[in-house]
Amino acid sequence: MRYLPLTEADRRSMLSTIGVDSVDALFRDVPESARLPGPIADLPNHQGELAVERHLSRLAARNVTAGSVPFFLGAGAYKHHVPASVDQMLLRGEFLTSYTPYQPEVSQGTLQYLFEFQTQVALITGMEVANASMYDGATGTAEAVLMATRITRRTKAILSGGLHPHYREVTETTCGVLGMTIDSRSPDPKGKEDLAALIDDQTACVVVQTPSLFGHVSDFTALCDAAHAKGALVVVVVTEVVSLGLLTPPGAMGADIVVCEGQSIGNPLNFGGPYLGLFATREKYVRQMPGRLCGQTLDAEGKRGFVLTLSTREQHIRREKATSNICTNSGLCALAFTIHLSLLGEQGFGTLARINHANAVLLADTLAKVKGVEVLNDGFFNEFTVKLPKKAAKVVEKLADKGILAGVPVSRFYPDIKDLDHLLLVAATETNTPDDMDALVAALEEVL
Amino acid sequence: MSMNSQGRATAPHAASHAAATATDAGATFTGNKALNQEEALIFELGNPGVVGVDLPEPATAKTRLGAVKPRGAIGLPDLSEPQVVRHFTRLSQKNFGIDSTMYPLGSCTMKHNPRLNEKMARLPGFSDVHPLQPASTVQGALDLIDQLAHWLKTLTGMPAVAMSPGAGAHGELCGLMAIRAALAARGETHRTRVLVPESAHGTNPATAAFCGFTVDAIPAEENGRVSVEAVKAKLGDDVACIMLTNPNTCGLFEPQIKAIADAVHAAGGYFYCDGANYNAIVGRLRPADLGVDAMHINLHKTFSTPHGGGGPGSGPVVLSEALAPFAPLPFVVHGKDGFALVEHADDTKAKPFGRMKAFHGQMGMFVRALAYILSHGADGLRQVATDAVLNANYVLASLQDVMSAPFGGPCMHEALFDDTFLKGTGVTPLDFAKAMIDEGFHPMTMYFPLVVHGALLVEPTETESKGTLDQFIATLRYLADKAKAGDAAHFQAAPRLTPRRRLDETAAARKPVLRWTPPVPAPAAE
Repeated sequence: MRYLPLTEADRRSMLSTIGVDSVDALFRDVPESARLPGPIADLPNHQGELAVERHLSRLAARNVTAGSVPFFLGAGAYKHHVPASVDQMLLRGEFLTSYTPYQPEVSQGTLQYLFEFQTQVALITGMEVANASMYDGATGTAEAVLMATRITRRTKAILSGGLHPHYREVTETTCGVLGMTIDSRSPDPKGKEDLAALIDDQTACVVVQTPSLFGHVSDFTALCDAAHAKGALVVVVVTEVVSLGLLTPPGAMGADIVVCEGQSIGNPLNFGGPYLGLFATREKYVRQMPGRLCGQTLDAEGKRGFVLTLSTREQHIRREKATSNICTNSGLCALAFTIHLSLLGEQGFGTLARINHANAVLLADTLAKVKGVEVLNDGFFNEFTVKLPKKAAKVVEKLADKGILAGVPVSRFYPDIKDLDHLLLVAATETNTPDDMDALVAALEEVL
Repeated sequence: MSMNSQGRATAPHAASHAAATATDAGATFTGNKALNQEEALIFELGNPGVVGVDLPEPATAKTRLGAVKPRGAIGLPDLSEPQVVRHFTRLSQKNFGIDSTMYPLGSCTMKHNPRLNEKMARLPGFSDVHPLQPASTVQGALDLIDQLAHWLKTLTGMPAVAMSPGAGAHGELCGLMAIRAALAARGETHRTRVLVPESAHGTNPATAAFCGFTVDAIPAEENGRVSVEAVKAKLGDDVACIMLTNPNTCGLFEPQIKAIADAVHAAGGYFYCDGANYNAIVGRLRPADLGVDAMHINLHKTFSTPHGGGGPGSGPVVLSEALAPFAPLPFVVHGKDGFALVEHADDTKAKPFGRMKAFHGQMGMFVRALAYILSHGADGLRQVATDAVLNANYVLASLQDVMSAPFGGPCMHEALFDDTFLKGTGVTPLDFAKAMIDEGFHPMTMYFPLVVHGALLVEPTETESKGTLDQFIATLRYLADKAKAGDAAHFQAAPRLTPRRRLDETAAARKPVLRWTPPVPAPAAE
């Protein structure tokens, strides 16, 4: 076995040092009835690299990759170009194979990039502080609602109908067991809902999303003012973080907590994970934050260095009184984000966002010319909703047969709401060419 | 010296300062020390006008932003690709990793991360696939999830597995939510108490509280185990479950585990097993045969997916017959047209308690874990547990005469020491650990588990050779002797040779600086 360095002679010599005859003696506390005499039957034995590579490559070959076809899916996961140097840096063993930086003197590499990551997240969201990341945007949203309940000591949350349905479900699941009241609004494909009137003196927070599931972009300044007037907080969710290169950030609107899915920067689609939850807030709320935080300090020689800090909020110190049970973050995904955003810089991040928007504008204009197709959005970033004359899920299947991945039918999330059956979410990024768009239009005209 | 709640020093020793001055002989003009380069923050390296990516001009200047205004300047630094690559390369050189040295963190299972896993996870057929593509276009991905699920179920003997949790603690939450849902289905929502031994990981009580339960601690026995009597004394009709780590955090197998499981079941509760230490038993026994109802499996521990400086992890949860119907959405099923995903409660006869995460779980980690599992096979995985336990016992047997092992041997995959051997030396476990750093080893886990004073928990894993173990043992013997010989100053000033000396955690927490801010320009002289 290529990963096991002990030889039989090593094992014998070690057993003799230990003073037992066989390894079985070391397992003496295992109840006799539970001991297995040998390898578990019905499972294959070890294989060489070539055989494993062949097996997995065959599985991989049975998936249609985004890069191989005209591709327009989004809905919380986006196809972007990640520069080659990002992954090369991630593969450095000192990043890949290190643990949580509990020994800061030999973890300054991890700690410094986390400090840089936190700064980048605070800057792009327009917030004061950010943590070292959460599992993903959906779990970050649930944590944001819990944090709002700790701050306001209220137990009701209002979730926008534009919130990604998975984020809503994770929040309902997580907060439901704690007996909170979650007021989930019905889906809002037109982007016209007004939540301000729903806020009362029991409301801990309102959770809104921009761009919304349906692609609408919003300025929540008025909503933030209304919420604050009633002592409630506003959580702004961003599932397409590239939008922050172009749009007014939630921090400038008065958001109290901002949660983003950071996958778009640095991280591939990966069939849905691992992804990267960004979590930012106001400085005054920092001690109520979940998750790891990296802070600046000095070493014994007076040099600047970094450590994990404010860990008295966390489970390994506070146990059942912790702000969250979260233990890990999404370290490597955060590193990918930090490297990619460093490569983009001020100029590149803005340009990337403008390219995404421009491609979506062109796509929306082109699709609007197809007979029977209606674009529902006034304002959007790189994704919008179209209404088709036929059921969107059927259309998507037919287009997939033609080698085009056309978008996400809204019925994938809301199979029981007939009114939404004809809606399709369509995204365009910098990876879409004019040829892709022509192919989509031509194929749509055939199947509609 | 200030201490945190675990009795750990949070600010450097004064002696450290004195020693620092003494090392100034190694000072250089740049502050660099050969391979060890000083590196500024990325924000201090930018140069406006430089780019690290070449992007075309947008295809149209037309915008459709509705009522939202374009944003102003953000303040990100501009760098070229060579500058970015050098920056992150230099940062990487300030880290220990498993690749560079033995990293024997107890409870963390820092084993070799095979590079085949990385190569496989980067196949476009896995990495460049969107989670919401039609099922007909992702049959290979769903098949992979199903194959990994089959391995996990067969290895553990459990009938079901929830694949979506994103980490171990997230898996704990999933397991407890399934228990909660099962209790509700039984009409027993009055069961709100969760039993957690004092030796448990902090995530256990935190998860129970996060799930709305109250936590009741079970005291540890003098031998580091949990006794069935102590559990029975706490049982009652308000107990939802027990959360028990096995092997436990002292590195010991719980010999009464079956009797404990039986007692909990008889009292109407469930048995949640923290599977963080599954590496010690994989392939040698099946948790199902111990009476487990739910157990998370850290793919980043037992199945070698990289820890990555703190994630991402993956924490699938195997479930018993009683809990299986409550597994969260989504899950893979065999449909009439191949594999399908169940994403809505209406599409199944089961009673899923909800959803843990967006999309379908940590696919990138599933690929790596399956590559690892197929490489080892049933025989190799059994050998993994065997060698992990052998290595830990070898360390324990080779050090227990100079260090102090509170529970003796044999142990499972971790060797636990306490600080008795340092008594009267003026050297703390922290000092001892920092001196190991100068010798080129990452320290073991310190001050955990809490049930032992000044704990030092060593988990070598199966991927360390005997040669490395012998060097590790010789180093610890040398350091233990040095401490006892009265050379406390050596330890208190350590580490001396790292990019940074001991860092002031107290100052960091007192006035947190959590982000870089541009320097304020000095006011112009009048």
